Amino acid sequence: MDDKIVFTYDVPADDFSRAGEASSDVKSKLKQLGTPPDAVRKVAIAMYEGEINMVIHANGGTITVEISPRQVRMVLRDRGPGIPDVDLAMQEGYSTAPDEIRNLGFGAGMGLPNMKKYTDEMHIETELGVGTTITMTVNL
Amino acid sequence: MDKFYHSVHLEPDLCKGCINCIKRCPTQAIRVRDGKARINARFCIDCGECIRVCPHHAKQAVYDKIDVLKQYEYTVALPAPSLYSQFNSLDDVEIVLNALLYLGFDDVYEVSAGAELVSEATRRYLTEHEENLPAISTACPTVVRLIRVKFPNLIPNLLPLNPPVEVAARLALMRAMEKSGLPREKIGIVFISPCPAKYTYTKMPLGTAKSEVDCVLAIKDVYQLLLPYMKVVGQDREELALSGKIGISWGRSGGEASGLFTDNYLAADGIENVIRVLEDMEDQKFTQLKFVELNACNGGCVGGVLTVENPYVAEAKLQRLRKYMPVSKSHIEGAQGSVVPWDAQVEFEPVFHLGNNMMQSLTRLNQVERLCKRLPGLDCGSCGAPTCKALAEDIVRGDRSEKDCIYFLRDSLHKLSDEVAALVLGWGADDKRDRESVRILKEYMQRISDEMALLDRGKP
Repeated sequence: MDDKIVFTYDVPADDFSRAGEASSDVKSKLKQLGTPPDAVRKVAIAMYEGEINMVIHANGGTITVEISPRQVRMVLRDRGPGIPDVDLAMQEGYSTAPDEIRNLGFGAGMGLPNMKKYTDEMHIETELGVGTTITMTVNL
Repeated sequence: MDKFYHSVHLEPDLCKGCINCIKRCPTQAIRVRDGKARINARFCIDCGECIRVCPHHAKQAVYDKIDVLKQYEYTVALPAPSLYSQFNSLDDVEIVLNALLYLGFDDVYEVSAGAELVSEATRRYLTEHEENLPAISTACPTVVRLIRVKFPNLIPNLLPLNPPVEVAARLALMRAMEKSGLPREKIGIVFISPCPAKYTYTKMPLGTAKSEVDCVLAIKDVYQLLLPYMKVVGQDREELALSGKIGISWGRSGGEASGLFTDNYLAADGIENVIRVLEDMEDQKFTQLKFVELNACNGGCVGGVLTVENPYVAEAKLQRLRKYMPVSKSHIEGAQGSVVPWDAQVEFEPVFHLGNNMMQSLTRLNQVERLCKRLPGLDCGSCGAPTCKALAEDIVRGDRSEKDCIYFLRDSLHKLSDEVAALVLGWGADDKRDRESVRILKEYMQRISDEMALLDRGKP
C-alpha cells in the first residue's frame, strides 16, 4: 500500500518559457487524486510563484513534492544568491527582479507573500552565496 | 436522461480503428477497442473534434432532420447568427428569415435577439457581482461541460445566464402560444445550429432544468434547402429581424465580449486554447479581467462542425453584414428579464479521479508512475489509448493490461523465443527426448502462439 507519492522536478535555469511546467504537472496529478479543489488551487498558486522565483532569481533548482492524504509538502531548493533580508523580501510589493523580467509582467513583489498566503506553513532557509530552500505545506 | 449524454455517434462500419480521433480528443475520452473507436461518455464534452478529424466520417453528429417539422402544428425557426455567415454576398438578413417561412416554418425568432438580452443582462451582472469576476461566458455548452469535469474552482465564475438560444426559445414559445392559441405540445421550437453540442444542451441542459428547444437542425442541411427560396424572396418581404450589431456579432469569437462595453476582457477560441486559458485562470494569472469569452470551436460558432463555410471567411462575411445595422434592436422589457437567469446550478463531476478515494488514487498514481517508466513512451496509439500514460491509467483502473502495448508484447515474445532456442539447442542429435522436455517445449509454443494472437487482436 502506498500512503504517499513523491515527485521531483528539475527547474531549468534561464528558460522562462518552461517556467510553470512543474506546478502545472502537480496540479493535474492532484486533480487525478481527487484532492479537494480549494487545496489544488492553493498548491498550484504557491508552487507556481516559487517556481517562477527559482527561474528569475536563482538559476533554477529542484522541487520535491510529497503528497499524502493529509498534506502536500513542497520543498524548493536552489543554489542561487540567497535572500539578504527575509523580512524585507516578504513585504508585498518589494522586488529585486530586473527590468527585463518586469517587462514580461512578473516581478510585482507578490511572489513570497502569495506563497505564504496560500499555504498553511512556510519555512525559508537561506544563506548568502549558498542558496535558498523553501518548504511549504498545504493541509488537506 | 443521462447527465453524461452526448451527441457524437460512431458508425462502426466506417470506423477503421485508426488513431486520428484518440490523438485529437482534448479530454482523452476515446479508446480504440476491438478495432473500433469508443467514446467514454463521462469524459466527452461534445467539442466535435473527433467529428472534424475523422478521415472516414465514422464519427457523426447527432441532430434532427427537417421532417421533424411534420410532428407539430405550428413551428418556429430559431436561426443561429452563424447561419447568416454561410451565404455569399448576403446584405440583408430578412432574405434568410423570409426564406425560412417559405421553407415551412410558421414563425422565425432570431437567436441573436436572445443574445442581445443576454448581453444586456451580462452588463448588469458585471457591475453587480464583482466578487465573482472574471465571469466566464456560458454560451458555449462545451466550455460549461469542460469546466464541470475539469475546473471545479472556476464553477463560481460561470456566468449564471441562459445561452441566447434558450432565451430566444422561451420568448419564441410565448409569442407562438399567443399567436396560434395552441397548447405547448403542438408547437415546435426548432433551433438551426452550428454544432452538435447544442443538441446535447437541449436534451441535457446545464444551468436550467429543461430546455424549451424541441428540435435541432444542422446549418449544413438547412443551408441547401434555403438557397432556392432565398432567390425568390422579393421586396414584399416581412420584417422579421429583431437584432442589430451586438446580436449578430455573437456568431464569432470576441463578439459576445464586444457587446459588454468593457476593455477588460479576454476572448479565446479553439478547444486547446480554451483549456490553456482555464488552467491559467485557475492559477490566478489574470487579474483585473471582468469577462472571459471562450468558444470551443476555432473562430467561435462560425467554426462549428455543422457549418459549411470556412470559419474565417464566415467571420469576414458576418463583419460585412453587420456594418450598417443598428447597435442593437432587442432590449429587456417587462417580464422578459425572467427568462435570462439560470434556474439550476452546475455541479462538479469528478470523472477523472484515478480511484474511488484518495488512498486508492494515491496507490494507483504510484502504479501509473512505475508503469510509465516501463512503457516505451512513444505515444504511438497502437494500444488504442492516446498516450502511454493514458494506457497506464487504463491499466490501473483495470480496463487494460500491459500486453496491450505492442512493444511490451514484442519484448515478451523475444524472451520466449530465446528460451525455446536455448532449450532446443541444448538437445544433442541422438538424445532421447524425455517427457519433461517435450512438455516444456509445448508449453512455450503455446505461450508464443497465445501472444501472437494478442497481436492480431483489434485487426479488422
